[in-house]
Amino acid sequence: MGTYVLRRTLFAIPTLIIISLIIFAILDLAPGDPTNQLPLTLPDEVKERIREALGVNDPFLVKWLKWMRLMFINEPLNLIDSIFGTCIGDCENRDRIISWSSRAPAVDIIYQRLPQTLWVLGLAFILGTLIAIPVGVISAYKQYSAFDNIGTFVTMIGFSVPTFFTGLICILVFSVWLGWFPSFYDGSYVVDWSSWESIWFQIKQMIMPVAVLTLFNTAALSRFTRASMLDNLNEDYVRTARSKGLRENKVITKHVMRNSMIPVVTLIALSIPGIFAGAIITEQIFRVNGLGALLITAIGQGDVPMVQTLTFIFAFLIVVFNLVADVTYGLLDPRIRYD
Amino acid sequence: MKRTRLLALLAVIAMIIAACGGGDSDSTTTTADDGGQGETTTTAVDTTEPTDPPAGGGAGEGGDLVILQWQAPSQVNTMLSSGTKDFFAGSIVLEPLAEIDPVGNLVPALAAEIPTVENGGVAEDFTSITWTLKEGVLWSDGTPFTADDVLFSYEYCSDELTGCQADFSTISEVVVVDDHTVTFNFTNPKPYPYDDFVTGLEPVIQRAQFQDCIGEQASACTEQNFHPVGTGPYMVTDISPEDFVSYEMNPNYRGIPEGKPSFGTVTIQGGGDAESTARSVLEIGEADYAWNLQVAPEILGPMEAAGNGVVVTSFTANVEHINLNQTDPRGDPPSEFPSQHPVLYNNPEFSRALSLAIDRDSLVAVGYGPTGVPTCTMWPVGDQASTNNDWCLTRNVDEANSILDGLGYTDSDGDGIREHPTFGPLVFDFVTSTNAVRQSNQDIIKANWEEIGIGTNMSNQDASLFFDGTSASDFSIWKFFADMEMFTNGATLPDPAAYLFSWTQGEIPTAALGWPASGNVPRMQSDEYDATWEELSQTAPGSEGYNDLVIQLQDQMAANGTIIPLIHRGNVSAIAANIEGLGEPNGWDSEYWIIEEWHRVDG
Repeated sequence: MGTYVLRRTLFAIPTLIIISLIIFAILDLAPGDPTNQLPLTLPDEVKERIREALGVNDPFLVKWLKWMRLMFINEPLNLIDSIFGTCIGDCENRDRIISWSSRAPAVDIIYQRLPQTLWVLGLAFILGTLIAIPVGVISAYKQYSAFDNIGTFVTMIGFSVPTFFTGLICILVFSVWLGWFPSFYDGSYVVDWSSWESIWFQIKQMIMPVAVLTLFNTAALSRFTRASMLDNLNEDYVRTARSKGLRENKVITKHVMRNSMIPVVTLIALSIPGIFAGAIITEQIFRVNGLGALLITAIGQGDVPMVQTLTFIFAFLIVVFNLVADVTYGLLDPRIRYD
Repeated sequence: MKRTRLLALLAVIAMIIAACGGGDSDSTTTTADDGGQGETTTTAVDTTEPTDPPAGGGAGEGGDLVILQWQAPSQVNTMLSSGTKDFFAGSIVLEPLAEIDPVGNLVPALAAEIPTVENGGVAEDFTSITWTLKEGVLWSDGTPFTADDVLFSYEYCSDELTGCQADFSTISEVVVVDDHTVTFNFTNPKPYPYDDFVTGLEPVIQRAQFQDCIGEQASACTEQNFHPVGTGPYMVTDISPEDFVSYEMNPNYRGIPEGKPSFGTVTIQGGGDAESTARSVLEIGEADYAWNLQVAPEILGPMEAAGNGVVVTSFTANVEHINLNQTDPRGDPPSEFPSQHPVLYNNPEFSRALSLAIDRDSLVAVGYGPTGVPTCTMWPVGDQASTNNDWCLTRNVDEANSILDGLGYTDSDGDGIREHPTFGPLVFDFVTSTNAVRQSNQDIIKANWEEIGIGTNMSNQDASLFFDGTSASDFSIWKFFADMEMFTNGATLPDPAAYLFSWTQGEIPTAALGWPASGNVPRMQSDEYDATWEELSQTAPGSEGYNDLVIQLQDQMAANGTIIPLIHRGNVSAIAANIEGLGEPNGWDSEYWIIEEWHRVDG
């Protein structure tokens, strides 16, 4: 197992380098100029000097290598420094990836936005998983029961009604008519964990986006769990287990579920990068200015460094969680050994 | 299997805690309360009537103000701002020498008074202006504001590599006379000398803070650009670019003894779109101000009916108008003198008929709602606006028809379209930019003109080609290869001389000049107008007879009939019903220009 993880990790490095090259090449080919945002009154030669200073005119390969140095060396070093309070090398004057629009380090802005994204999307993901798996398991075990029918009905709604619709309905009912919850998420709010009032405010502003996303996440995952459970429930080994006289409880949890979870875990693991990528539509409706909203504004403003950094971080997370999914297979199914 | 599920969940939870923990510990301030419910703060001492002006509560005791800007600020240093969103965010921190009020008058901010020729502040020959600064103004860090900071702000923007949006290119030299007097010498005489360090767009920044941020270093000064030291009522406590900005009262603000500003904290919250922010203020009542609400009138109206807030419109000089091409677009060369348009050239009676036939109220109702009002002049600004041509406000099809009959344009073949003796059927090419509002207005105008026997071929062009200042495309408004065009013109400063100069004959775009983006797009030719403008340009603003000249110019323009003004367009914002002190909404300066006067009234 250990060698397998090591091998996969090493293999991830060239993958990431190729991804970075593709991202960089696509964005480099895209039209856009950092001086577009500057006033039209600036003379052309000044704009040219600004472009020069930003390194826009360098050859492609030089630009890519410079960017790689920032992305793979400087930014990780900076992250380590800020976490452990250390100072590796010349930490005062270290070059950073600077956003063209806000003129601040791109990674710092991403870090600032992370809490909102994780609060809302992370919570919706956890709740979705916690609800979906039991619902899927029970629905499959009691197939065609009232529980299964109701569960199917609700999950089909969650699956087929888009979040921009459920979101607006929620705002209409709970904000406009009832006035219970705020219609937008205040990212500047700092929760005071010692005050119930403050915690309650945070819950109130999170509840609608979290509920909408949870419904959506639950729907997909519970359908998947149910289908996987149904496949396994009719297998011979289940009959064998029952005929051995194992308690039904044990049969389901120890045998059927364990086998059924393999595809479900893949789905969960591969969805985790999606938490960070943000739910662009839901974020827009509830004005949660998370990473999805950040990416959209950056694209709109032609802020190439920010788009590069964000897409690369998403790519990195996808590679990492692919690895996590593969490793989890091994844990769930002892027959799978990669060594 | 339980263990593995737990492991996966634990990993997710750990990430969340790590991220959120980091976010919390960065920040030491608490700003937002529950979004405008007006909870009393523990320090508030309510001794007077709550309906009193700001003096009612002490400075900073009015709680929190929540402003929604769906385009959130990317930084707060106005000098480097990339649009209105940043300009507004900076305007409550940084102050200029003078601000402009909603009707276009100058109001001193950091200056003690407005310099004029009469008080000796402006040189007789308009080559310099001397500003006297207020005494005792402190920066938010407690150090005194002096004339040297004005000099520095000029130096900061004079280095082109700084990337400053403020334009001080007409200043040849800034001379610090003493700590509270500063003189700008101009390269050329400027009869309107109030365009430097006037309005929140060109504020004064602090030398001590920004002295290492000139030129190429400007972009690297993230901390300075996010937390500029200012003289305004608020200072930034926390900012997340394109997301939110939190402010608290500047403890050294000069208005504090008078109880200004009322709000202790201000939050500008970004995200969403115009419609959702309008709903928050008008329908739900969970925020206090929403900005730039380009929302269809039929959506905004019912929201306002909920009663939590009101829609306000700020106006400048933006006027949607129709240009009648004075040159012949079918001539050779096209749209250039000496070829004259066979119908439209110098034909004020015909223009009057066209104008009378247009139902401006319908244009507003369909396309603009609260963002527009019908107008008959190109300079509808305060008491400088001419009201002598307001006949155009009342639609009169009969009068229009009789004018056309009098001109001898009659419908001889009975097809519903009048014929011109030489031009033939009166059918014109009418072009505008591709935009839902403009196309709906084209439909109305087409129908209106059919009633008087005038036909139109309506077309629209992509805005990026239509308004392309390089005139690379034949669809550019400056080439004007059509009979009529509809678009909006406006001015950034309430300086009528600079604006009305656009329609003098020297400003006619021609192929020989490379189709420059100059102002006289319809090619208006009026010697009378040019002469009056010459006189205006020699007159100091505010002096006797100045406004009369401005009105005279508008009347001459109307008498010429080259331009048919339609709609005076404004910017819409929404404000909570319980906020007072905004005065008239301001289009010339930041909408938050007097945020220190804003206060909440109970009930």
